[in-house]
Amino acid sequence: MTQYAFKEKELELIPREQLEELQLSRLKTTLSRALKTDFYRQRLLPLGIDNPEALHSLEDLRNIPFTTKEDLRIAFPYGLLAVPLEETVRLHASSGTTGTPTVIYHTKRDISAWSDLVARSLMAAGCTKRDVFQNMMTYGLFTGGLGLHYGAEELGMLVIPAGPGNTIRQFKLMKDFKTTVVHATPSYMLHLYDKLSEVEVSRSDLHLRKAIVGGEPHSEDIRRKIEELWGIEVYNCYGLSEMNGPGVAFECIERSGPHLWEDSYIVEIIDPHTLEPLPPGETGELVLTTLRREATPLLRYRTRDLTSILPDPCPCGRTHRRISRIKGRTDDMLIINGVNVFPSQIEEVLMRMKEVGNNYQIVVEKSGALDKLTVKTEVTPEIFSDDARDLNAIREKIRENLKASISISPVVELHEPGILPAWEGKAKRVIDIREKSV
Amino acid sequence: MIIKQISIFLENVAGRLAEVTKLLAKHEINLRAMTIADTADFGILRIVVDQPDKAVKALRDGGFTAKTTEVLAVEVEDRPGGLAKVMEIFQQNHVNIEYLYVSLEKNKDKAVVIFKVEDLKLGEKIVEEHGLGGKVTL
Repeated sequence: MTQYAFKEKELELIPREQLEELQLSRLKTTLSRALKTDFYRQRLLPLGIDNPEALHSLEDLRNIPFTTKEDLRIAFPYGLLAVPLEETVRLHASSGTTGTPTVIYHTKRDISAWSDLVARSLMAAGCTKRDVFQNMMTYGLFTGGLGLHYGAEELGMLVIPAGPGNTIRQFKLMKDFKTTVVHATPSYMLHLYDKLSEVEVSRSDLHLRKAIVGGEPHSEDIRRKIEELWGIEVYNCYGLSEMNGPGVAFECIERSGPHLWEDSYIVEIIDPHTLEPLPPGETGELVLTTLRREATPLLRYRTRDLTSILPDPCPCGRTHRRISRIKGRTDDMLIINGVNVFPSQIEEVLMRMKEVGNNYQIVVEKSGALDKLTVKTEVTPEIFSDDARDLNAIREKIRENLKASISISPVVELHEPGILPAWEGKAKRVIDIREKSV
Repeated sequence: MIIKQISIFLENVAGRLAEVTKLLAKHEINLRAMTIADTADFGILRIVVDQPDKAVKALRDGGFTAKTTEVLAVEVEDRPGGLAKVMEIFQQNHVNIEYLYVSLEKNKDKAVVIFKVEDLKLGEKIVEEHGLGGKVTL
């Protein structure tokens, strides 16, 4: 019989009725916190929403308007802060649709609650304090690295904060410290395997038994491929920085869809066009409300991720419902090697540079297992110089400016005017020729 | 003497150079010298033609990114040491050369070397002082 491990057994197996009571009580707290922020006061008071006690049931949540990424930009930098600044201990930021990032603040208790959630998730995935955990996700403003790091420490795992890249060092760390669990993007797991033949390390030198993968959507086929190549179990982790980061939803050892931790978030699935709620089993946009965060409460945040609530209970007994794999986005956000990039960010950088013409094209493709971003720009007669060094310097400047904005380094190509398709709206400026993985 | 050279930005795509020569032929422009500097994904084609103004207009009208640059054209004797003599003069007088290429002078047994120098005024002065500033017929 399968042995399921629980970090907070009572809470994880809580009957639905009690879970919903807990949600309502926490929702009221979230609303009272939200009413302390400039943003939500301006948004909610004119609607007569001025008292958390006005929420009589979870259905009443539908009277509250959605919050969008654009709202977070409007509220930048402190408009959504619900506590005095001295109560905050950390911020994380993710890419906005323009140069203004989406910023989320955390109090000490927020970090602790998030860590608990990740620790609970790791334990559900069969990790224990005896595991050696090599975290290959990016540390920094991006939540992937620190989120899992704190959670793994909370569980008592030995954490190797390796960060991404540097394949040779990754193998050395894995071998030297007998790493049993890694955290990486699925494409990096495939990339690592490709590189295994090039290093003086063989699979049998490694003690790897599990991989936690997140940061980018991937198919069940990709999961199976990583599992078969490495001979390990692969667990799907879902999160977004607006909802803390990783650990919003996490797979248990059944590996049949991540459980969304409903004591910490209220989950809704809506039709992205009519904005009406959809029943379990139907695919729509995931909308989440924070239930525990003090510093930055968010009500009905539109994640733009397309998924569905899996209607059947999981054999593990957890009452927190599972969601399906992310099936796509309702906006034009690109996920490139786990980094979120909006085409509008790239456009903003290019349009600011007088050296660059108005036409550009963004191409995303696979280079081996990893994603490759190419930004094609035009050499206008005004900037064309007889000197190739000048052109290369312009190209380098474009690359550096883009890297500063989107935090990944693209390949920049210079083209003759008229070669790239003329201005016809955004859609044709982005060409994503990666194999559709969903 | 100072002459006009035309620089054309070219993508590394098949047939692009052929389109340039075809366009020049159509406008009855005669090519006198040419060179291509190429990098991984683009090239700069540099040409000297008999009618530079007409050529630039035709190229731009034809959708090419073209630009005129002034370069030095120097007559060099077509025998061993011919170029060495000119290079030595440039070296001694600190005329820095960015690139050079070669053409043939019409009706004479001489070569014409096209120099792109860092400081055109200085280059012109030195060339004249050393009796190399004569008119070339391309």
